[in-house]
Amino acid sequence: MSGLVSVIADGAAYGMLLLLFSIGLSVTLGLMRFINLAHGAFAMCGGYVATTLFNRAGLPFLLTLPCAFLATAAIGIVAERAVIRHVYRMSALQQVLFSIGLAFAASALATIIFGPQQQAMLLPDWLARQADVGGVRIGGYRLFLLASGIVAAAALLFLFNHTLFGARIRAAVDSRRTAEGIGIDVDRLFAVAFALGAGLAGLGGAMSVAFLGLDPTFPFKYLVIVLMVVAIGGPGSIGGSVAAALGLGVIDALFKYVVPEIGSFVIYALLVITMLLFPTGLAGRRA
Amino acid sequence: MMSSWSGVLLTRRLALGAASVALFGPAASASDGKLVVGLVLPLSGAFADQGQHYENGIKLFQKINGTKVAGLTVETVTRDDQGPASGDLARRLTQELIVRNKADLIIGYSFTPNAMAAAALLTEAKKPAVIVNAATSILTEKSPWFVRASFTLPQLASSLGNWAAKNGIKTSYTIVSDYAPGLDAEAWFKKTFEAAGGQVIGSARTPVTEMEYGPFLQRAMEAKPDAVFAFNPGGDVSVAFMKATRERGLQKAGIKLMVTGDVVDDNLLPAMGDAVDGVISALHYQVDLDNPANTQFVKQYRAMFGPDAVPSYRVVQGYDAMALVYKAVEKTGGNLDGAALVEAMKGIKLDSPRGPLLIDPATRDVVQNIYIRRGGQKDGTWRNIAFDTIPDVKDPAK
Repeated sequence: MSGLVSVIADGAAYGMLLLLFSIGLSVTLGLMRFINLAHGAFAMCGGYVATTLFNRAGLPFLLTLPCAFLATAAIGIVAERAVIRHVYRMSALQQVLFSIGLAFAASALATIIFGPQQQAMLLPDWLARQADVGGVRIGGYRLFLLASGIVAAAALLFLFNHTLFGARIRAAVDSRRTAEGIGIDVDRLFAVAFALGAGLAGLGGAMSVAFLGLDPTFPFKYLVIVLMVVAIGGPGSIGGSVAAALGLGVIDALFKYVVPEIGSFVIYALLVITMLLFPTGLAGRRA
Repeated sequence: MMSSWSGVLLTRRLALGAASVALFGPAASASDGKLVVGLVLPLSGAFADQGQHYENGIKLFQKINGTKVAGLTVETVTRDDQGPASGDLARRLTQELIVRNKADLIIGYSFTPNAMAAAALLTEAKKPAVIVNAATSILTEKSPWFVRASFTLPQLASSLGNWAAKNGIKTSYTIVSDYAPGLDAEAWFKKTFEAAGGQVIGSARTPVTEMEYGPFLQRAMEAKPDAVFAFNPGGDVSVAFMKATRERGLQKAGIKLMVTGDVVDDNLLPAMGDAVDGVISALHYQVDLDNPANTQFVKQYRAMFGPDAVPSYRVVQGYDAMALVYKAVEKTGGNLDGAALVEAMKGIKLDSPRGPLLIDPATRDVVQNIYIRRGGQKDGTWRNIAFDTIPDVKDPAK
């Protein structure tokens, strides 16, 4: 029985990792209507920043995380100003082609700079050990992921629903012309929102290295699961993303544990069913 | 207009190339004083890492032994087959190498599907190919022109099965990736382990790209076996697997962990850290083997790639594949006829860095020592340390 509880707790932690990964995409896709398949490239970028600082510069693990966030956000804002802002008004297909091209370019660049091999990220002992929480054994790093996911989700919910910045973003998304008419600098606003999305991707990437590894194919390996979280949760909905990520993590773990023969396929069936019943996602709004 | 003209020209040139190979292929290449070795390796994408290793091994062999053998200048022509999902590409590249570049033989195929796709073509072209890695047992039966310089998974899995049963392990649980090599590993571990008196009390097959092993391990631990035997395809998947065993405390729960040696590839160890502590593995090579050929090999490798460079078993496979080619050409006295080369490779003995190596004349498969290793710390880094040798292991599946 404690085995089952521990598997569920592990699944929840895995779900939180998915959340950290995909929440940035939910922001850009849902709020800015930009289909950013290069999201994984920003996550990869955060991962490389973190491993480089951790392994070469010897920075403590916890310090590498904000660095990954800031560095990726900075790269995001440069990319947004330089090229991406020209893509907002294009059709969905053009956005897809553009951003997947960007992801391939980033992947090739990473191969040139860092080589094709796996990057190491060995956690400090207090994170690598299993902890005992009320009789349930759970990995220290998983606890850390759980906590980080909750904090990130709460912070974003607050940001979008209770601050002026959030109100402006929502206004700009609903009607760009009106927002501009009442004096909101939508151009700048979107740049900041994009940087936020990229930074979150970078943070998620940095936190995932210890769990999923890191190599130049990273932008593509996790694209499907990230899109699943966003699609099931409903683009732009923080709450929906939390529910989708946690649900996917827990259900995936549960089925692998109870019926390992089919366990790994259940979440994909779930995706199909959700898309049939809720085409705009669990918390979906009409576009 | 331009493009259709050049298209015609190209087809013509191809046809001419094909004709010359068909008419005076072997004689022509022998008389121009060249031995052309075509390399088909994954050099881009997720497995570019592997391709680089074989290539380094081949380069190293040529640096030590020169580029002349039996009076012929050895030329390599390298092609990138990208990875395991590109059998069609591997086949096309093999064809191009033979027809256009007039390759006398091929060294290549990191992955079973790619070797499988090229098999019929090699048979038709009557050109030998030295398999540089692909480890599914039946490959050498798919074309009489295949010679394997790597290893087979049954070699590793059966060695572990035997070792486990003889070392007090009574029950075990298997966790393998759900594709051909994984099923090979599962079957041969079980077969030898149970034949020697052990019992497999449970098994799990996981998707090839599985990254979340927690639930599978939890289930394995609840079955309370003496040991877990595992195979997965290397790279990030194996790193994730090993880290998950550490996180779950598999070994702390008194369950031994045994894996085929490719799971704890030397160049993955930095990313695994102390997760390899105490892990038993079987492999045909490892860097600190104490034999003169290996001492020399490692020394030269480090001279070429840096003082801290660690040659992986893949580097050795590339190195030995080229060694096989040189030795075969020496044996035929420079005759590059495909049939003569394959005949010459049968029964060749190499003094390889991995120990004595023999190409079984009956099966064209490799016979070699399998080393049983234990993960531990040496000079401050995590290593696989060999403590037992099983000499002259044949592929048990043939």
